[in-house]
Amino acid sequence: MASPYSKELLLTMYRKMYLIRRFEERAGQQYTLGKIAGFCHLYIGQEAVAVGPNEAIRPDDYMLSAYRDHGQPLARGSDAGMVMAELFGRGTGYSKGKGGSMHIFDIEHHFYGGYGIVGGQIPLAAGMAFASRYRNEDRVTVCYFGDAAANQGAFHETFNMASKWKLPVIYICENNRYGMGTAISRTSAVPEIYKRAAAYGMRGEPVDGMDCLKMYEAVKDAAAYCRAGKGPVLLEANTYRFRGHSMADPANYRTKQEVEEERKNDPIPKLRDYALKQKLAEDAQFDAIEEEVKAQVDAAVKFADESPEPSLDELWRDTIVAEGEEDVRPRERVLGMKVTNWPKYPSGQELKVTWDLEPREQAEQADKKAGLSR
Amino acid sequence: MPELMYREALNQALAEEMERDANVFLIGEEVGRYNGAFKVSQGLLDRFGSARIIDAPISELGFAGMSVGAAMVGLRPVVEMMTWNFAILAMDQIVNNAAKLRHMSGGQLRCPIVFRGPGGAGGRLSSQHSQALEANYAHFPGLKVIAPATPADAKGLLKSAIRDENPVIMFEGERLYALKGEVPEGEHVVPIGKADVKREGTDVTIITWSRMYYFCMEAAEQLAKEGISAEVLDLRTLRPLDEEAILASVRKTNRVVIVEEGWALAGVGASVVDIIQSKAFDDLDAPVERVTGLDVNMSYAANLENATQPDAPKIIAAVKKVLYREGA
Repeated sequence: MASPYSKELLLTMYRKMYLIRRFEERAGQQYTLGKIAGFCHLYIGQEAVAVGPNEAIRPDDYMLSAYRDHGQPLARGSDAGMVMAELFGRGTGYSKGKGGSMHIFDIEHHFYGGYGIVGGQIPLAAGMAFASRYRNEDRVTVCYFGDAAANQGAFHETFNMASKWKLPVIYICENNRYGMGTAISRTSAVPEIYKRAAAYGMRGEPVDGMDCLKMYEAVKDAAAYCRAGKGPVLLEANTYRFRGHSMADPANYRTKQEVEEERKNDPIPKLRDYALKQKLAEDAQFDAIEEEVKAQVDAAVKFADESPEPSLDELWRDTIVAEGEEDVRPRERVLGMKVTNWPKYPSGQELKVTWDLEPREQAEQADKKAGLSR
Repeated sequence: MPELMYREALNQALAEEMERDANVFLIGEEVGRYNGAFKVSQGLLDRFGSARIIDAPISELGFAGMSVGAAMVGLRPVVEMMTWNFAILAMDQIVNNAAKLRHMSGGQLRCPIVFRGPGGAGGRLSSQHSQALEANYAHFPGLKVIAPATPADAKGLLKSAIRDENPVIMFEGERLYALKGEVPEGEHVVPIGKADVKREGTDVTIITWSRMYYFCMEAAEQLAKEGISAEVLDLRTLRPLDEEAILASVRKTNRVVIVEEGWALAGVGASVVDIIQSKAFDDLDAPVERVTGLDVNMSYAANLENATQPDAPKIIAAVKKVLYREGA
């Protein structure tokens, strides 16, 4: 059977997954060299979970994540050097070195951040989706969180609201089976996270998170569902991190056999094999991509390493927005590039709110049924 | 000037700002069809519709966080907390997200949002419902904290808060909502960060905010009958503190009493003392006195509840102490 995917799509996905893999390997190496400090959570093994969904949505859809957050912005198109510089704590990083590994923000590419409190970004995503409905836009929000976040109150409180108000948000639970060093099955009464959506009358499905094309299909379908105003979707991407929770974690709570077994399921060769089998691409093309990406990541490390630390007067910036102060556009600030797709929002005078969250008629009928008069 | 209740002044501010700016919406428990637990949002659902006056489930963390997310992409939410006691559940979203977004994003994002609701003693509600929690929020960079005492300031400060580009925490008062006061008509905006000398005096400065203001005024009037001229400085904003106004009053009267409903340890008053001792030490004729809530949890029994809080007699005693007129 002919492949429903174009060569361009497959090669783009391959390039992005390989970029994330290579970037993370180098980040891990730089960590051991002492160039990167603090917590550094690598995405190695989970690349398909970032790349498949990104190719299935529009560039102006919103995305945000937890603290394992290098993969998504790279998939969105962020500058690898500036992400690496953020990891290095340099002034040329996306957040001027103020956020570090756990807080990558690239608003130009509609990546609204990595968040360090488990589950803390879940309500934010519902609010961004709320804003889209409020303004009558057909934008969707994609929000990543880990399996352990599903046991936070934020998960349950938000799902209830998102479903009740039919907010256009796709939640992707990256189930890599461990919340830090604790297997999710040891702490969860229902370890299949997708099943919890049912409690909120919401669509919930498991997806093979080690398969980029399956992630792509699942999110393409979910996005259409959201844009049609049908409400939120929870996708549970069953995936695996090949490395520890963070660079500080030797991962002694897993057996070598388990990791070896999962490595056979590597999403990157899987996609390559698929494309080769479908005769959509040849080895030489993949080899060329790999060479280009290696050079790109080498340049990113060099850029980060040669960049200065932020100036000390940065200490007093970015805490409170002063009157008339503009937002900082990183690629403009660092690379002198003209940023054209910075988000613009309608002014309070232009905006007409037409959404009726709880139609009056419906409310009056409910009152009548209950024998109430208002 | 028309007289309005504190709750009516807040209602006016909300309605005017929502009229002016369609990005402003109000969310909270009971704000819509119930017209507000304390009737601050009376009539607003009918006027602005259900997408802008939103009845939230009892999920403080959830709807606080949702509103922060909406603010990140250009809306201007006003989040009503039925009381600040319940907002403790939402503190992660306020502190770890709202207050830090600008910083974590290196200046890419802003979070124009107002969290508002009543703080302080509720009146016969025991410890979980009677806490003055403003010192907690005043601690965090990235937030602004306001605590108006009068209807006029409530209206003017809420309007400023809604227009502000930063997260603003607003402490109202369960026992303030029905109080009446003159409120200027038309565009009335009170700047955040400016204290207000509510009563001029020469012998002592009483520094306070929110509901304690009324006890301070009562004390000042009684003191006047004894020939003591007390200045009452209403801070109105607790972050940023109006150092200039504090120091100006200290330099004028040379004696200070700070009155705070909350607990003494790590209270806002402690920071005011710190400003005074480090910048106006030579202007002081007596050590600064503080009158605060007692270092205990609030009881239900009327006599225990009253004894826990500052009142005019306690303030008068503190004033006499700094004037060395004890037992006079």
